[in-house]
Amino acid sequence: MLAAARTIVYRDLLLALRRRSDVATALLFFVIVTSLFPLGIGAEPNLLRAIAPGAIWVAALLSSLLSLGRLFADDHADGTLEQMLLGATPLGVVAAAKALAHWLVSGLPLVAIAPLIALQYDLQPALYGVLALSLALGTPVLSLIGAIGAALTLGLRAGGVLLALLVLPLYVPVLVMGAGAVEMAASGLGAQGQLLLLGAGLVLAAAFAPWAIAAALRISSE
Amino acid sequence: MLEARNLECQRGGRVLFRGLSLAAAPGELLRIAGPNGAGKTSLLRILCGLLTPAAGEVRWRGAPIGALKEDYARHLVYLGHAPAVKDDLTATENLDIACRLAGVETTHRSLAEALGRFGVPEGPPLKRLSQGQRRRAALARLVLSAAVPLWLLDEPLTALDTGAAEGLERMLTEHAARGGAVVFTSHQDVRVEHARMIEL
Repeated sequence: MLAAARTIVYRDLLLALRRRSDVATALLFFVIVTSLFPLGIGAEPNLLRAIAPGAIWVAALLSSLLSLGRLFADDHADGTLEQMLLGATPLGVVAAAKALAHWLVSGLPLVAIAPLIALQYDLQPALYGVLALSLALGTPVLSLIGAIGAALTLGLRAGGVLLALLVLPLYVPVLVMGAGAVEMAASGLGAQGQLLLLGAGLVLAAAFAPWAIAAALRISSE
Repeated sequence: MLEARNLECQRGGRVLFRGLSLAAAPGELLRIAGPNGAGKTSLLRILCGLLTPAAGEVRWRGAPIGALKEDYARHLVYLGHAPAVKDDLTATENLDIACRLAGVETTHRSLAEALGRFGVPEGPPLKRLSQGQRRRAALARLVLSAAVPLWLLDEPLTALDTGAAEGLERMLTEHAARGGAVVFTSHQDVRVEHARMIEL
């Protein structure tokens, strides 16, 4: 069972490696969107510091959304999704592996680059760790929840827009807790509570989302 | 081995077929024939469990396939309309991944032999190969699936040249001789002896 999950992750990472531009697009999008705020608002350090957690987190949501559309669409088009549905492994395991691969390609780079982005907002260096940690806990939840939406909108004509309408409201709790963690740490209250909540959300999503993704995939591939 | 009773299939509000029953015994080759849009692909997708029939049921060794799930999937190979290969991966990578997901063990040698039998170049990514070669790369999975009893093939001869088509026909006959069952659709005339026809 784990061998099949490893195979899926290996395959998706290999595909990402062969099509590096796809990966770069989502990451560049994140960098550019987060750079627009300081440019548009102007060099007002206090204001920038105040909006930094929210702005960075919103950009992370949008960047995650950008790469979700292709999560199952390519596999659906070339028939490999059917082969996964007919695989020897329970579909939930396959779905979890797909979400993990999506996070490794689109979420993990955001975690790594976030401190650099925070520099533009004049965020205190002490908060870099909290920001990166909140993204590390929150972005996998985005991948898992987003995969449910991607599976449900598979093969629909206006799938991209529908996906955004479907998934963004579900992202709200992650956004509130993720940005909240950094704000709490900035105001000296300690981010532990928010980070624990994010962690709990991650456990919950990792336990239930794969089966929801599997059910959605079965429905949309009929 | 495989048994379907009273199948009914509706697509987009239209009834494609109704009251269709068929059975495939070990060693049997079934060819599904019919004009475009008659529901050949839908029938194959129902038989492998990708599509739920509007009525009727499919049984594998006596048990309904809905209850068997992965246990049924392990006993079948389905090759659909789309070749189910990734254009950015090489033929070897594609075959290796497809086999591992299906729970079939592979080695460097078995992969090379399977691709060699269909004459697919191993090195370049599939996007550099022709449509027919891509099709062959997908069909190479059958070489490694000799132990899998049920083969469900949707238009396996599409885009194949005469040599490859003959090779495939030989493989189907061999599989039946081993005691496997094959259900396939085809527009072209297939020279497979003893194939039973089902008209849609």
